[in-house]
Amino acid sequence: MSFERVREKLNILADAAKYDVSCASSGSTRTNKNKGLGNSTGMGICHSYAEDGRCISLLKILLTNHCIFDCAYCVTRKSNDIKRAAFKIQEVVDLTINFYRRNYIEGLFLSSGIFKNADYTMERLVSVAKKLRLEENFNGYIHLKSIPGASDELMYEAGLYADRLSVNIEIPTVSGLKLLAPDKKHEDFTKPMRKVKNEILRYRSEKKHLKNTPIYAPAGQSTQMIIGATGESDKDIMYSATHYYRTYRMKRVYYSGYVPVAEDSRLPVIGSQVPMLRENRLYQTDWLLRFYGFDVREILNNDYPNLDIDIDPKLSWALRNMHLFPIDINTADKRLLARIPGIGMQSVNRILKARQYRKLNWEHLKRMGVALNRAHYFMICSSRYWQQKDLDPATIKGLILQNSKGKFRNKYSSQLCLFN
Amino acid sequence: MFIQLGMETAKILIYDGSFNGFLTTVFKAFEEKLPISDIQSNGLCQNGLFSETETVFTQMDKAKRVWNGIQAKSNTAIKNVYFAYLSGQKGIELILYRYIKKLFGQAGIAVNDFSDTLILKISQLADNVRREKHRMEAFVRFQQTQDGIYFANIEPDFDVLPLISKHFRSRYADQEWIIYDVKRKYGLHYNLESVEIISLDLKEVYSNSMLKKDVFSSTEYAYQHLWNDYFKSTNIKSRINPKLHTQHVPKRYWKYLSEKKQAV
Repeated sequence: MSFERVREKLNILADAAKYDVSCASSGSTRTNKNKGLGNSTGMGICHSYAEDGRCISLLKILLTNHCIFDCAYCVTRKSNDIKRAAFKIQEVVDLTINFYRRNYIEGLFLSSGIFKNADYTMERLVSVAKKLRLEENFNGYIHLKSIPGASDELMYEAGLYADRLSVNIEIPTVSGLKLLAPDKKHEDFTKPMRKVKNEILRYRSEKKHLKNTPIYAPAGQSTQMIIGATGESDKDIMYSATHYYRTYRMKRVYYSGYVPVAEDSRLPVIGSQVPMLRENRLYQTDWLLRFYGFDVREILNNDYPNLDIDIDPKLSWALRNMHLFPIDINTADKRLLARIPGIGMQSVNRILKARQYRKLNWEHLKRMGVALNRAHYFMICSSRYWQQKDLDPATIKGLILQNSKGKFRNKYSSQLCLFN
Repeated sequence: MFIQLGMETAKILIYDGSFNGFLTTVFKAFEEKLPISDIQSNGLCQNGLFSETETVFTQMDKAKRVWNGIQAKSNTAIKNVYFAYLSGQKGIELILYRYIKKLFGQAGIAVNDFSDTLILKISQLADNVRREKHRMEAFVRFQQTQDGIYFANIEPDFDVLPLISKHFRSRYADQEWIIYDVKRKYGLHYNLESVEIISLDLKEVYSNSMLKKDVFSSTEYAYQHLWNDYFKSTNIKSRINPKLHTQHVPKRYWKYLSEKKQAV
């Protein structure tokens, strides 16, 4: 292959693919059989990190950035005047294999602009995956984008070769979608999702009876929403995310702070700041829902439609529910321990194990890595010293903010600079 | 430190510096109920003023018995012992000896007693080594030589080669590869059949140099170029975050990462 030509294409098509945030390479069950190449079992690996701090785990590229659609938020939309390129199938295969052999990547994340129609595009994506699996004996990770509107037959075939499939919903609400992507229908997004979910369920039930049922999308499916392009509240976003987790059994929902890529009166102007902090708070909420046993209605509801920017969502919830605290670290069950601000799941598990031996005190907790500056207002342990004064939530918040150094603190500090 | 018993003076045991040697030493200390003042590797021993030294010769059967004994107590414990040992921290042998004594000393299994300083310490050391293992699985960068071998130099904080061997063997089953630790002067060589420990007389360290070397194939440099390009194009400039970047990819690893060529 001609390196110069491939180089040019790679620059264009990697640049266009980078707004897809999914980087997971974990959760697959593909072992290296008969001395092939690659192995994707258990946990994923981040092989590098870009200078924006995002992990590089997969070769993330578009097959082409030619597109028949004109979605306002998208950099490859039809009306945008940019360089266009398209990879040949063999070029993608060669790049993937050679990057993988050098231990640069865990596998391939292949997406595409839509050329001709959905099925034609999906077919090309599937044929890359098929070639990697069948001709190159490649057992690394493959993440394919499901093209909205692709047929059920193609979605079935895609799952046979890919580890993960995803459709990006992009705009959290149906009304937002109408505004920014008038050519696309909401059903076009959900149809392939439903098909993949049903196939995964079918695979699981058939597997019980037939051992050699062909493996189907072992790492499940995911989706992504753009944050801050339209006027959704955090509640809209998280309720929508919860819907996708429940209805389609998503492995992950990703939140992507909108990076302005186009001059459009419907969107934030080019150069406006990427809402990275808001994105971070949404991920924290996502974690609370998936791992900490929170219900979305506890964190976001009509009274609190948006997350606090200056404190994390768990602390914010705790300050609204002071009647549940303090929690005794030596007796409370796992569910309650997980609700104490400053105590993560790793600390919870350590506490549960360690307290079988003796009553834990401040010193023990500190050594185990509990963030006591937040936690100590909400808990008691084996010590005569604890927060005895009845502090009101506002005071606690003030004290915590005063005595800690958040990484985003400078972004929302309202204090004026004297010498600026 | 524990209290000496009787009139016997505490001994310093010297072993050959291998993990099995260390386990043999533990066996001896237990069996003979020796009061121990230190366990030292023969490369780095230092005589105490008032203690006798005794050299222990590695015996696989004894080492195996200690390994099995700890494993029977707890799977986590044996992993922690092995990982913490590979941290190579000064004085790790004596700390581990005390840890093992603790494991056998109590009725219950104490590996989860994180309120105990010693147990927490071993568990944290093991975690550090585990992190380094995972990093090496991520940061090894193979360069293809003229004769088709995928070659990588590494310089990890801890001696993690024994820990990453299986990962690379099952991943790159169809290519010949060498991973060589320049700090500890030994490496792994996979010859398409099995992994062997090798030591090389390297004339130079093959880091991510801008200069092309004759030993590597020309397509090798083409792919490094493509990878470097990809590394740049996948970055979103409006989200630049150098602090987070170096937190994930600490500077000491840059030397061998081909994508950081221009930064080193």
